[in-house]
Formats: sequence, structure tokens, C-alpha cells
Amino acid sequence: MKTKNERYQRQISLKELGEGGQQKLKNARVLVIGAGGLGCPALLYLAGAGIGKLGIVDFDLVSLSNLHRQILFSVSDIGLSKALRAGDILEQNNPEIEMHIFNKRLNNSNALEILSGFDIILDGTDNFASRYLINDACVLLNKTLVYGAISRFEGQVSVFNSPLSANTAVNYRDLFPEAPSDGEVLNCEEAGVIGVLPGIIGTMMANETIKLITGIGEPLIDRLLTYNSLNNQFFEMDLSALAETAKLIPSNADEFRSFNYDWFCSLSPANELNHEEFEAMHQDKKIQIIDVRESDEEALKDGFSHIKIPLSRLKTQIPDIHAETIVLFCQSGKRSAGAAELLTKHFGKSKKVYSLKDGLTGWQKFKEY
Amino acid sequence: MQVQVMIFGQLTDITGKSELMLYDIPDTDTLIRTLLSIYPALSDTKFAIALNKKVIRENTLLEGDNNIALLPPFSGG
Repeated sequence: MKTKNERYQRQISLKELGEGGQQKLKNARVLVIGAGGLGCPALLYLAGAGIGKLGIVDFDLVSLSNLHRQILFSVSDIGLSKALRAGDILEQNNPEIEMHIFNKRLNNSNALEILSGFDIILDGTDNFASRYLINDACVLLNKTLVYGAISRFEGQVSVFNSPLSANTAVNYRDLFPEAPSDGEVLNCEEAGVIGVLPGIIGTMMANETIKLITGIGEPLIDRLLTYNSLNNQFFEMDLSALAETAKLIPSNADEFRSFNYDWFCSLSPANELNHEEFEAMHQDKKIQIIDVRESDEEALKDGFSHIKIPLSRLKTQIPDIHAETIVLFCQSGKRSAGAAELLTKHFGKSKKVYSLKDGLTGWQKFKEY
Repeated sequence: MQVQVMIFGQLTDITGKSELMLYDIPDTDTLIRTLLSIYPALSDTKFAIALNKKVIRENTLLEGDNNIALLPPFSGG
């Protein structure tokens, strides 16, 4: 007991934290997703603070270009698993905590299971598909999400989906309902980053986590903080939950597992939708579904709402297409694929255009099972 | 009646500056239309809009002096 006290003595002596706060940290279960620029400093401080159960998810290997910002690792770690190395290093740092290592890529088939063992989730990932996936999983599981993200010299921090929210808790989709289109936002590799920035933002994420657990201070619940490292300006804004957001998030575990996050974030180059993907989205009123079969073909009686623009008239009727996301279908999927190509050429990146794989024939077969 | 517009993140690649002033703008829809006419490339990007440090979704009247922030999503980690 004496050694424990000595390890945490400097923080226990804060009257706001005390022995009670230390016990709360010991009882806490925190998962850090991504042991990168944000995850490394967050993990170091959370392990140091004595988080009782600390999890790490990462599938990646350490590379030389990581070392300027991913401060857990050194040259001898190059080529090794980030999650496993981070776990070893932190265990040496603080053997009193329980480490849980997930040396794998988080996806929609393993996310709910992994996240369910923790109370607070830190998102230190580097891509939108993961960020939306983690947000949605936290909403489904009622987990607090400590969010941090960077772009060149600026960073964002927030606490989403907190049960401590005074109103309906805000989640990431209340701020950014839809993912940006492919190539709109550069990642660190493309845009560049000075190691200090994720160091600051990741450290702030750890600080918010400690505040949430111990109940001290004012965590960034339903507020977004931005930091500019060039002029040292902090800018804070209030967020509010929107009724429409709920419709964007899968409503149960099955929907979550069939939601294609790579597709949603335009990572997948294929513009064909399979039946599961179409099933998950065809009720979304913001998506325009278009039957490109000719007018003398049998009309679709029930199934999903859509408009009709025969392929032969598609070019002249392009002005009738307003939605940002368009799904085209025909009988077999061939004509709609051609139509998707035509519209993609026309709209470029401004709209997402998809063709229903195997057309109505395939869809009807799928619905029979 | 002036509106201070603060521009964050990669949106400054389009605007070339992180702050600008607009005058006599009656509401936020007009403000967005004005910004899009000055910087058409903004229409290809997604960003949240905060009026006086509160994120808004719907058209809001602008009375007196106001601060608008245009905030793009960041993905880096």
C-alpha cells in the first residue's frame, strides 16, 4: 500500500483528487483506439495516472516516420506491433495496472465486443471510417467518447456521448453528420504534422479522461475545443444534439455490423452496392434512388421509394437529380452500372453515385431469404 | 452590423486567410451564399458553422455584431 501511495502521491495530494479520486482511477476501464500520435501521449499519462484497466487497439507496425510523434516507440521497435510494444512499455512504466491489448484493426464486426469491456473510449485514429465507426459504436453501447483529431497545426478535442451531459448528449455526427468526400481532407501523411501537436491534443484527451473519471473540473462535454499551435489560440464552441442525427446511426448491433464504413467514407473505389449495404440505407430519405429501366418495363410495386428516370432520358434529366447520394437500379445491374458511370463523370466528387449490384432480380432473391 | 468570420483548418487553403469581415448580412444563409460566391471551392467541402460559438444548422438572423466560425472535420491522429 505504501508503494502505491508513493507512486501516485503527487496527484493524491491534490485535494480535488485525493484518495477517493485515485480509487476512481483504479476502478476505471479506458480503451485507447490507435497507438499513434494521439494515442501514445494519452496512453503514457493514463497509465501513469493509474487507470485500473487500460486497453489498446492498433493493427499497425512501428515505422521510422512514426518516431517523431509516437513517443512510446524507439528505433528498436521498428517493424514491431504498436499495440504489443505499447503494452510492454506501459507495463514496465506501471506494473500495477491491467493492460488489455487488441493487436487488430477495429471494424464493425469486432468493435461492439471490444468496446463493451470499457467505460471511456479515446479515439486516436487517423481516418474518418474509424471515427464514424467508433462514434456509432459508442452511441449504441452508451459509452463516453473522448475525441481528438489534428490537421497540420490545428487540433480538436471534445467529449461526446457523455451520460453527464445536461441535455441529450452530443455525438460526433451532431457536429459532422456526413463524412467528407474522398480526398477532401488530407491525413497526416499527406498534410504533414509536427510531433508536438498530437502530443498536446493527445495529452488533453488524457486530461479530459481523468477529469471525467474523478469528477473534477469541467470536461468538454457537448463542447468542441480547437487549438491552433501557430498562434496559440483556443476556440471553444457549444454543440447541441439534433433529432436527425439518430437516423444516421445504425439503430442496433445487426445494422451496425452491416453498415459499410469504408463505403460511407469513400474508401472503397467500387461504386456497386451489395444487397446488405442497400438494405441498410434504402430508407434514408436523403438518398435518391432511381429506377433507370425504361417506362414499358414492369414497375416496382413495393420495396422502397424511388423515382423513375429511364436510361434513355438520363442525360437530359440530370437537372432533376439533387441528392448528394444517388443509388441507381435496373433489372440486372448492368444498365445501372453504366448509368452510374455517366453520372459519376458528370458530378465528379460532388455526389456519390452507386449502382445496385445484380439489380432488382438480385434484390428480390435477397429479400426472399 | 459586422460579421467576423473565422476560418479553420484546411478551409484556409481555399480562403487564403483565417479571418475576414463581412458587413450588413441579414442572416446566416445569406452569409453562406456570400462566402460561396467569394470562394466557390467551399461548396465542395463539408464544414460546421458556429454562430457566436454555438454550432447552428438552420438559418439564423444576424443582428448587431456577430462571430461566425467555419469548422472542417479533422481526421489526423
